[in-house]
Amino acid sequence: MAYLDNFILIALPYVALTVFLIGSIYKYTHRKFQFSSLSSEFLEGRRLFYGSVPFHWGILVVFCGHLTALLIPRGILAWNSQPVRLMVLEITGFIFGISMLVGLINLIIRRYTTPRLRPVTNAMDLVIYILLFLQTFAGLWIAYSFRWGSSWFATLLTPYLYSIFTLHPDTTAVALLPWPVKAHIAGAYLIIGILPFSRLVHLLVLPLNYLWRPYQQVIWNWDKKKVRNKKTPWSLQRPENT
Amino acid sequence: MDVRSQIAMVFHLDKCIGCHTCSIACKNIWTDRKGAEYMWWNNVETKPGTGYPSKWEDQEIYKGGWGKRNGKIHLKGAGKRRGLVNIFYNPNLPVIDDYYEPFTYKYLDLIESPQGDDQPTARPVSLITGKPIDIKMGPNWDDDLGGTPDYARNDPNMKNITPEEQEVMFQLEKMAMFYLPRICNHCLNPACVASCPSGAIYKRGEDGIVLINQQVCRAWRMCVTACPYKKSYFNWHTGKSEKCILCYPRLEAGLAPACMHSCVGRIRYLGVLLYDADRIEEAASADDKDLIKSQMDIILDPFDEDVIKAAKENGIADSTLHAAQASPIYKFVKQWGLALPLHPEFRTLPMLFYIPPLLPVMASVKKVDNTTEADKKAPLAKKWNNDWIYDTSTEELWGKLEQIRFPLKYIASLFSAGDEDVIKEVWKKLMAVRIHRRRVTVGDITNEKADNTLSEAGINAEMADAIYALTSLPKFEERFVIPAAHREQAIEMMDFTGDTKGATGFGFKSKVKRGV
Repeated sequence: MAYLDNFILIALPYVALTVFLIGSIYKYTHRKFQFSSLSSEFLEGRRLFYGSVPFHWGILVVFCGHLTALLIPRGILAWNSQPVRLMVLEITGFIFGISMLVGLINLIIRRYTTPRLRPVTNAMDLVIYILLFLQTFAGLWIAYSFRWGSSWFATLLTPYLYSIFTLHPDTTAVALLPWPVKAHIAGAYLIIGILPFSRLVHLLVLPLNYLWRPYQQVIWNWDKKKVRNKKTPWSLQRPENT
Repeated sequence: MDVRSQIAMVFHLDKCIGCHTCSIACKNIWTDRKGAEYMWWNNVETKPGTGYPSKWEDQEIYKGGWGKRNGKIHLKGAGKRRGLVNIFYNPNLPVIDDYYEPFTYKYLDLIESPQGDDQPTARPVSLITGKPIDIKMGPNWDDDLGGTPDYARNDPNMKNITPEEQEVMFQLEKMAMFYLPRICNHCLNPACVASCPSGAIYKRGEDGIVLINQQVCRAWRMCVTACPYKKSYFNWHTGKSEKCILCYPRLEAGLAPACMHSCVGRIRYLGVLLYDADRIEEAASADDKDLIKSQMDIILDPFDEDVIKAAKENGIADSTLHAAQASPIYKFVKQWGLALPLHPEFRTLPMLFYIPPLLPVMASVKKVDNTTEADKKAPLAKKWNNDWIYDTSTEELWGKLEQIRFPLKYIASLFSAGDEDVIKEVWKKLMAVRIHRRRVTVGDITNEKADNTLSEAGINAEMADAIYALTSLPKFEERFVIPAAHREQAIEMMDFTGDTKGATGFGFKSKVKRGV
């Protein structure tokens, strides 16, 4: 059991994070064309609504919840100090988790029952669907059976994750958690590991820049004023956008 | 004044014969690929008709282009708030069925079928699934079917036309139609650029061509919704949007774009326009009725000393200025005022202008009572209930504009945001040119009448001759005045030539690099 724990809680995260980092950087620098959400709305634009919308809003909230517990554990614990607020947080998370699961099931059914989507579906999509489904299911199960996750995440998992990030892995507390939680942790690492090699790469290129860029974009291939100025030496006019 | 140069175009609709040579030239070069089979960066539509994709002009469905609220413009179906909220599911995205499902035929079945009693057939198969399909729509399915109930009656431009007027059009449905060739308008205020969350779409500073960076496109597919002309297409195979690139590799080499080069009717003109980039937003925010005027106002006179000075300060090359002065576009659009943007009310300031079709104006439509005639024939002949007839007996040569077969409103809804006077002005000029040339070449029109028509149209004989020459007799170099792209400078900018010496031609195939 200790070997498995060590594998899931120590080896797997480092392998996954390394693969994630190297893979993402390599993909972004050498295979930038592959960064796409590979939307299939164009081929099937009706049933997608019942899958994509609940899934994405669900995962957005659930992911932000996990992130908050990781970044400000004290804040979460302070919030949870009153039972009502704890209940509000847990129920909100659970509802969005359900929404995610429902959306995911709709997406899976849609993808494998629409003939037009076959040509744009690959093996990696299936892997992701299975992983995401198990992960969501495990998450909901944990939220239901091992209460109250938001609190013990902040007290147990956050220190563990920090210990991973600071290269001093400490699994003493986490190793005592029940196996569904460990499965959920392992699932998370697996998803992180395959992220750069799947359509999930669109997570890495969220278009947040859109919020503050001006609407219109004009790109000059070269600085026209400089290029026509006889005094400018050629070596100064190296391109900016290679 | 921020002077920029733009490659702009004019399509002369009276000359379009609807042969689709342009579409084929474009398809063969650019979109004959998996995922792009359904795309027609250049397409020719029959008007009245629903077009491609179906009913693209109806922004109630697609929410394309810009709207105006409290004096400010906003993207109708995309933008920072709406675009990001709808990013998981875009409710206004046209899907493949709005274009058509691409297909081919199993031609091999014709050869390989075993011997039998029946003629072997080549069944259509979908190019997406590879399975046999029943073809519901195809490229130019509505070609020349302007009058059929499925197409003309569903034309979004019909909504302002009274049922009586529509009836007149549909009685003539077998006769009256025109062709509308469309490519990307390379707008000054492009909605696709503004809508792209990842910033993949941009306007090229040097010549104003709007391009999509395939490395940056992430398939958020907002551009497909935002472009009111539906000229940004989603490649379902690569998961990237694609659009007309105005054949920029050809333009940079001094060649006309493939669609223009191959145009059989020689309807297409291409040249440089200078415009004031500082006033784009102001021009796009004008009232509906002032939109054409405001767009014309930001197009600058390339002969004006101040404009030339400002252009030079902005680094516009002398060769580009010369091209702007010789530009057929400037003549058609500004000097003569003959060419109008398609659907100016979309507020994207398109840089493709159309000379509205005069159509054969020789005839008018009359309502007649033909029951006596029909009774005489009965019971021998079938009774037709055609009360409307197409009357070709005009008092005057070519008849009058008021008698035109298409309601003015229809053309106005296409080219002037509904302003009929604008179209009338253009038509008067086009008619005046014809009458003037008839005087010159045939001589059966009195000088007085010809001069009157010219002055009514607000042009003189000299101008009419120039319009005639550029319309009917232009040489290749007059239709396409392509500015030098200064590729030598572009190359020097992209790479220091010293670095790539020996890496081209018969030398090394890749860059000579030192070490690992």
